[in-house]
Amino acid sequence: MSEPATTTMDPYIEELLGETSAAHPDTGDVTIQNYTINFGPQHPAAHGVLRLVMELDGELIERIDPHVGLLHRGTEKLIEAKTYAQALPYFDRLDYCSPMCMEHSFVLAVEKLLDIEVPVRAQYLRVFFAELTRICNHMLNLGSHVMDVGAMTPNLWLFEIREDCMNFFERASGARMHHNYMRPGGVHQDVPLKLLTDIDDWLDTRLPRLFEDAISLVADNRIFKQRNVDIATVSRDDAIAWGFSGPMIRAAGIPWDLRKSQPYDVYDRMEFDVPVGTRGDCYDRFMVRVEEVRQSARIMKQCLAQMPEGPIASLDRKVVPPKRAEMKQSMEALIHHFKLYTEGFHVPAGEVYVATESPKGEFGVYLVADGSNKPYRCKIRPTAFSHLQAMDFMSRGHMLADTTAILGAMDIVFGECDR
Amino acid sequence: MRAPAPAFAADRNGETIERAQAALGGDLLEARERVGEVQLWVQRDRLVQAVTALRDTPGLEYQQLMEIAGVDYPERAERFEVVYCLLSLTRNHRIHVHVTTDDVQPVPSVTSVWPVAGWLEREVFDLYGVLFAGNPDLRRILTDYGFTGHPLRKDFPMTGYVELRYSEEEKRVVYQPVSLQQDFRNFDFMSPWEGAEYVLPGDEKAALPQAKGAPTPLSADTVQKADATKTPVAAPAGDSGSYAKGTNVSADARANAKPADPNVVPTQGKGQNQ
Repeated sequence: MSEPATTTMDPYIEELLGETSAAHPDTGDVTIQNYTINFGPQHPAAHGVLRLVMELDGELIERIDPHVGLLHRGTEKLIEAKTYAQALPYFDRLDYCSPMCMEHSFVLAVEKLLDIEVPVRAQYLRVFFAELTRICNHMLNLGSHVMDVGAMTPNLWLFEIREDCMNFFERASGARMHHNYMRPGGVHQDVPLKLLTDIDDWLDTRLPRLFEDAISLVADNRIFKQRNVDIATVSRDDAIAWGFSGPMIRAAGIPWDLRKSQPYDVYDRMEFDVPVGTRGDCYDRFMVRVEEVRQSARIMKQCLAQMPEGPIASLDRKVVPPKRAEMKQSMEALIHHFKLYTEGFHVPAGEVYVATESPKGEFGVYLVADGSNKPYRCKIRPTAFSHLQAMDFMSRGHMLADTTAILGAMDIVFGECDR
Repeated sequence: MRAPAPAFAADRNGETIERAQAALGGDLLEARERVGEVQLWVQRDRLVQAVTALRDTPGLEYQQLMEIAGVDYPERAERFEVVYCLLSLTRNHRIHVHVTTDDVQPVPSVTSVWPVAGWLEREVFDLYGVLFAGNPDLRRILTDYGFTGHPLRKDFPMTGYVELRYSEEEKRVVYQPVSLQQDFRNFDFMSPWEGAEYVLPGDEKAALPQAKGAPTPLSADTVQKADATKTPVAAPAGDSGSYAKGTNVSADARANAKPADPNVVPTQGKGQNQ
């Protein structure tokens, strides 16, 4: 306040604001103290059950202490008491926005211990649906991110795409969200040809139209940029030290994609680009995901073009159960079916850490097998855990309202974070 | 490797072990390659120096700590194993670093090497009760506020000890001892020929002492066959122990036995489905 106080109200306002002038360089009787507010656990922008204890200085964030674990269901403990086949559906319920990618890590870990060969068609189907899952996941994340920072329309359009994805999943696996589709040794069942042609059409027409329309509303939008550009900038060194992965590490400028560098299934036959950010802020994370959707569509097109005919699961009857029709004819098949659905298959003793590129980052399974039909230990490496931990240093010094943008750009789902 | 698992540079496993042996020296207790993955056992009190060397030595360069996993082996002297899964972005390689500990001896915290270890160590502490010396914020993370016990230990029951519900009388959430309509049943479908640890229904009779005058259950080789040469074989007196599963486990079967499951209590006279 440059002008001297002229009215009777001015000293009062001055005191309220705690402002100082050259004549009175101290804040007078006003003591400024930080205050702590509680965000969540039930808050629409928390993307689930997240509780943030925030220490604020005015509207600036001094410190954030995220409290997680409100959705802890003891998945790892439960898996230890289940056979390998029974453990698989738990993975759908981890990151319920990208269920197939969760299954993918687990089946690859089991297959690595079993050292079982997977037919090429099954590998194509897995890659195909993992990419559809990526599109589905990014639709939810991009949509909710723009809604968190104040835009409504793109979310509704992106949910149209998500609805389409759900319908495709339902036609492939019978379930919209909890698919339980991938199995150790392959996938559960083959897809109808009509489904593949429908997805092909959808990739050509409906997806680009809806998606590009929705993104064109926000990508160059002034308000959206003001809320995201230069918010929560993360350097490359920080991204490495804090264990970032997926779009978070790519937005920081490190071209690291497990599909490219450690290809699993048939990703080594796919041609796609890895988008990389330049500034490492929330806007970059958003745009990396936008480009990933386009690349996913490209991978799916290649899968459709290359996918051969053939079996969709290993023919090793000690791991993969026979089909029902076969059971009606063959005693051998009946016995295998019975044994696999009661005792299950035995996995040789050993320990592996298998990580895949889930839409949110590196989703890993550290599996310890003891040679029996149940996992001895199944440690799930959630992507959200390390990202959310970085919330504190990422939002320090930002405004309270930036929390939602930071959280939205992290893409956190608590089913996976809390397990 | 026939399985389509993520193909990181597994051909570098051999050179990695050699370089790790050179860089860690005496801190490295054991290094081996299993299922295409390198596992290093490191002395517990030298962990921080070891992982720092793994991160900073040229040719090793494990820049990222992706995961810390606890594993519980109750039959071991130091029952907990803490596994650090490291990733090298430049060499495109993964290793596990293992240390062992028990529930009183703390593991040195690696938060000074990787800040991400903070929560990962909190999680292992919460679920297993492993202590980490030097972690600035070793609170529980996944379990409820005020939870007691460490749920992922093998001796922690699957159903837990307490449950919570909303009490209409007290108008708040109350905790009470867990009460189940039906006991938790852990069906063990392991084949009885492969080391099941329960007595099969019907087999329990064989383990019981025989009543006086009851027919001795003869085993196949003690039964005298009609066409066999007439050499009298004395039936082992009262030796019915060979029927009883568990009392006569061979040394080989004991060596391969699966770890004791605390949920399976071998009870006399009760089979798995009763």
